[in-house]
Amino acid sequence: MTRPLALVLQSPGTNRDHDVAFALELAGAETSFASLLELAGNDAPLRRAQMLVVPGGFSYADALGAGRMFGLSLEHRFGDQLRQLVAAGRPVIGICNGFQTLVRCGLLPGALGHNASGSFQCEWVTLDPQASTCAWTEGIEAIDCPIAHGEGRYVHPDVVALEAAGQVALRYRRNPNGSAADIAGVCDATGTVLGLMPHPENHVIARQHPHRVRGGGGGLGLQLFQRGVERARSI
Amino acid sequence: MQDGGVREVDRLTVRTLDPDPRGAVLVESARLLGFHDLATIDIADIYFVAGRLDQPTRARLSGVLIDAHLQTGFWGHPDDTLPGTSIEAALLPGVTDGVAATLIEVAHTLGLAVEAAATGRRYVVHTRSGRYLAADELGRLATRLLSNGVIERVAIGTVDPVFAHASTPAAVEHIDVRGLGDEALAAINRARGMALDPAELRAISEWFTAAGRAPTDVELETLAQTWSEHCSHKTFRARITMPDGTERPSLLAQLRAATDRIDAPFVRSAFVGNAGIVSFSPGTTLALKAETHNHPSAIEPFGGANTGVGGVIRDVMGAAHHPIATTDVLCFGPSDLPHDQLPPGVIHPRLVRDGVVAGVADYGNKIGLPTVAGAVLYDPGYTANPLVFCGCIGVGTDVPPPTGPHPGDLVVVLGGRTGRDGLRGATFSSATMDATTGDVAGASVQIGDPITEKLLIDLLRDASGLWSAITDCGAGGLSSAIGEMAEHTGAVVDLALAPLKYPGLSPWEIWLSEAQERMVVAVPPGSIDDLQLRAARHGVELTVLGTFTGDGILKVRHADRLVLELDTAFLHDGRPQRSLPAELPTPRRNGAVPVCADPSASLLALLAHPNIASKEAIIRRYDHEIRGTTVVRPLVGAGHDGPADGVVLAEPNGKVGIAIGHGVNPWYGIADPERMAAAVVDEAIRNVVAVGADPTRVAIMDNFSWGDPRRPSTFGELVATVDAICASSIAHGAPFVSGKDSLNNEYMGADGQRHSVPPTLVITAVAHVPDADMVVTPDLKAAGSELVLIGTTWPEFGGSHLGAVLGGFDDPMDGTVPGADPRAPERYRRMHAAIASGRVRSCHDLSEGGLAVALAEMAIGGHLGVAVDDTALPHDDVVVALFSESTGRFVVELAPGDHDWLAAELGEPVVLLGTVTAEPRLRFGPCTVSLADAAAAFGAQSFGAQSFGAQSFGAQSFGARSFGGAR
Repeated sequence: MTRPLALVLQSPGTNRDHDVAFALELAGAETSFASLLELAGNDAPLRRAQMLVVPGGFSYADALGAGRMFGLSLEHRFGDQLRQLVAAGRPVIGICNGFQTLVRCGLLPGALGHNASGSFQCEWVTLDPQASTCAWTEGIEAIDCPIAHGEGRYVHPDVVALEAAGQVALRYRRNPNGSAADIAGVCDATGTVLGLMPHPENHVIARQHPHRVRGGGGGLGLQLFQRGVERARSI
Repeated sequence: MQDGGVREVDRLTVRTLDPDPRGAVLVESARLLGFHDLATIDIADIYFVAGRLDQPTRARLSGVLIDAHLQTGFWGHPDDTLPGTSIEAALLPGVTDGVAATLIEVAHTLGLAVEAAATGRRYVVHTRSGRYLAADELGRLATRLLSNGVIERVAIGTVDPVFAHASTPAAVEHIDVRGLGDEALAAINRARGMALDPAELRAISEWFTAAGRAPTDVELETLAQTWSEHCSHKTFRARITMPDGTERPSLLAQLRAATDRIDAPFVRSAFVGNAGIVSFSPGTTLALKAETHNHPSAIEPFGGANTGVGGVIRDVMGAAHHPIATTDVLCFGPSDLPHDQLPPGVIHPRLVRDGVVAGVADYGNKIGLPTVAGAVLYDPGYTANPLVFCGCIGVGTDVPPPTGPHPGDLVVVLGGRTGRDGLRGATFSSATMDATTGDVAGASVQIGDPITEKLLIDLLRDASGLWSAITDCGAGGLSSAIGEMAEHTGAVVDLALAPLKYPGLSPWEIWLSEAQERMVVAVPPGSIDDLQLRAARHGVELTVLGTFTGDGILKVRHADRLVLELDTAFLHDGRPQRSLPAELPTPRRNGAVPVCADPSASLLALLAHPNIASKEAIIRRYDHEIRGTTVVRPLVGAGHDGPADGVVLAEPNGKVGIAIGHGVNPWYGIADPERMAAAVVDEAIRNVVAVGADPTRVAIMDNFSWGDPRRPSTFGELVATVDAICASSIAHGAPFVSGKDSLNNEYMGADGQRHSVPPTLVITAVAHVPDADMVVTPDLKAAGSELVLIGTTWPEFGGSHLGAVLGGFDDPMDGTVPGADPRAPERYRRMHAAIASGRVRSCHDLSEGGLAVALAEMAIGGHLGVAVDDTALPHDDVVVALFSESTGRFVVELAPGDHDWLAAELGEPVVLLGTVTAEPRLRFGPCTVSLADAAAAFGAQSFGAQSFGAQSFGAQSFGARSFGGAR
């Protein structure tokens, strides 16, 4: 089977780029990395990409708000290419800071505020996939994976409309951060672009689950990347 | 950037639409400062921009800086200011302001002309009663909670920004020390804050007398840095004079001798370079390093801890390894210390803790390394002098280290720019603090920039082979880094080439600046273009400062002026060796057992003691999942909130793992430093054995935080401690590979009394786990299992936590501190085999609070009960059986009937304690406590919950246990 080309975008402060690349490779993609700095000189990798990943991290140290500078640079320099990529149905995913970035650059609806606790939280959560148009979550089982964020409280002015449009892709089984309607992940209107705060890339083998040592476990985050790769293959 | 003083400034104030959850955290902290009437504290960000902006420019910036879903904002001066409501803070000039730099970048991206920017925070205070706070109340809130005068200016009402400004560099000064007597030399020493002793000053005076010239300020400052306790470890290198006049080898020599004697095949490098290096598995090496950052954390907790983490990560990079995890051991004063008991000039321990935890979290989370292991200790002895131990582990390829620098190689600095950050940090950390330290040491504080360091990590991984030597810029800045690298070659550098954050630095400031996130590499001329290319690709600034020469002379110029010319032999070996008198401690070891009338109540009191209770509120602030390598987390069990012993990391696609464990117990140290030392080494090793590590492949690091070693009794404590850790290291076959001492952790109070920290030794054990799928954790796994105690229980209550919760012995020297069990090394090897066989369901080491606390923690982690018969207790005295802290012991959970198998495996008798029960109750001997009560005392949040989500969120319920201000 072909291995679709997944481009992992980097900014100063991106730090889960290698984690997500490992997950994508395991799911059957061929991955490469590019920073905005490099793409500014040569955007061929962006044009060739069959999947696009905006990984987690602290782009620009969260200065001026999480994802703000990264989102601005992305929109400013590559807005047209991004929209073309989405229009072509090539799957795009933003995880954690990547989600914040895609929201800031207008590819995803809503916003992400400070956690209700007022601080950064690192803990495991269970995500339930929702009936939605999202290509990344179609037919997957519940996922266990960690969150690690301080600004992950999802805010949207009309959650009912969002849900009706099939854009609520993932919900927390127990809401860790005060997100509206327990929303953990949303997609764009086409279902091609997914943004989520939790880190499915950190649960791609069974040993990573905290209950493994108790003889237990839970749904792998790998499923999500496998769906993305399948979609990329079909385009 | 020039500071016009009267220039126009525009400002944008941005606040959240919903109440900012960070405000609730501040209200809670304010309550502890005695403000009981506060309803809310609103937080807003202020962006200052030089010049007056036109409306379209304001609108474009607003569009980017305000997220309409979350925020609102306004331009210009706030006109709604009521007296008694608002406080604003802005960074002092010269303090790193990353947000302002990003703001300028945003403006440039948008094509807007913004030449200078600064940031601040605005707080608006509302009381429940509706009254306005008086000016002195606002002032107290401003200075004690909402700002730190070391890095910020604060104003009641509104604050004016100060943009980074240029000043005229001071000329190079000559200070003639030739022919001066001790008194005159001491005056210079004091005036320049050099922290040198009379013999050292005399050596400097003599050297320049022989050279026939007066030293420059650059030369004096360089010598003070290089010869500081912090950089040269003169106490650990000192000759030891015993009361009978006999001399003993230095502490460092003893530690080295222990490692040499063990001669472990896995040690690649110990006690040299930036970090210890070991090889547990073929082809791969690990670099290990632990550091202290105590003094900076005392005066600016966030920045101090932040740069402590950044510094130890650079140490690992400086050992040519790729960082993979960090650790932290933190010691604070009591969080509930009444304000009238706070010494003058000291930040309240709760705020210190909040700041330190936020600083550790900020750096580790942003640089992308899991903060996995650590400890948090509370004791009144840390109130004025908190301790921050930061550790880092890196991975590398098992190849011979680079051999440079070679003559002709270029002196290259990578990373951040140089400012006035942290001047004289090494000498500052070697001096005793007093009530004014926070004021005078302002320049000693650095602010971290984890993103720049992340870029450095990425560059170095991509540039191996392009340099011949590498070191980090830590204490002493370029002077230490280049001075050390040039030790065997000499070098010539030009400070005028160094990239500066702002103009106007004097040569000595450039040379000594402790601006963070810089590395120095020696680069063969043929590799510089390639390195330059890669640096540009990674967004890292690279500057060639000079050349390594080969003549053994260190020459520093500033453009055409020679400002330093020192023989490297004098710089590094010219310091006279100290000789320090030691008076050994005389521990009492009288076997006293505390009177404990109600063991059940004592168990609950122990579980609720801040040193034993759950550290979840802190641990959850650290990302311990990034890299996907964390196999055993710091919190484990059914509800993810039981304590772990050691943690284990393993690459997702690999079989082997690395276990990390800590040992630390200052309360033993107060009563009996020698026994403390043995107990602490044993605990660190026991912790890694308990998770499944191989005790024949353990490397340890030793970190000391002590008082003033010039006091013979204090130095005697160190001597007794080092004696004992060497003996323990040899007994366990676990070599020291790296260590660090932080001395002079004392504080001169307004009462004229010296306050010293308790003798604090942190041992970090890093060990090989042969199979990361065969690890075990302490949480109980199944009802019906049998519980077995391994090891021997003695009446050992010196410095015990049972003593602490019962109000202590009348005399803190009473009782016997737990000693080393000579059978422990053999027991641990056999335990490892038993765990590796897969038949051990859970395993927990016994430490503070003894057997009772260990069993309770296992039950809390597993959401299961425990039943232990009276007759099965390991000692006739039930208090000894339940609460003694004897070393060398574990509790394990086995399948029913397996205890004989385990006894055979261990080759010694074990104690069959009882069984794991489904009934949620702890019954051991006379102790009966419901699991719910135990969990509540411990602070486990998951009780009742069947799945994830260990905590209840919402600012109100979490506020009391949460950390961090609005940073």
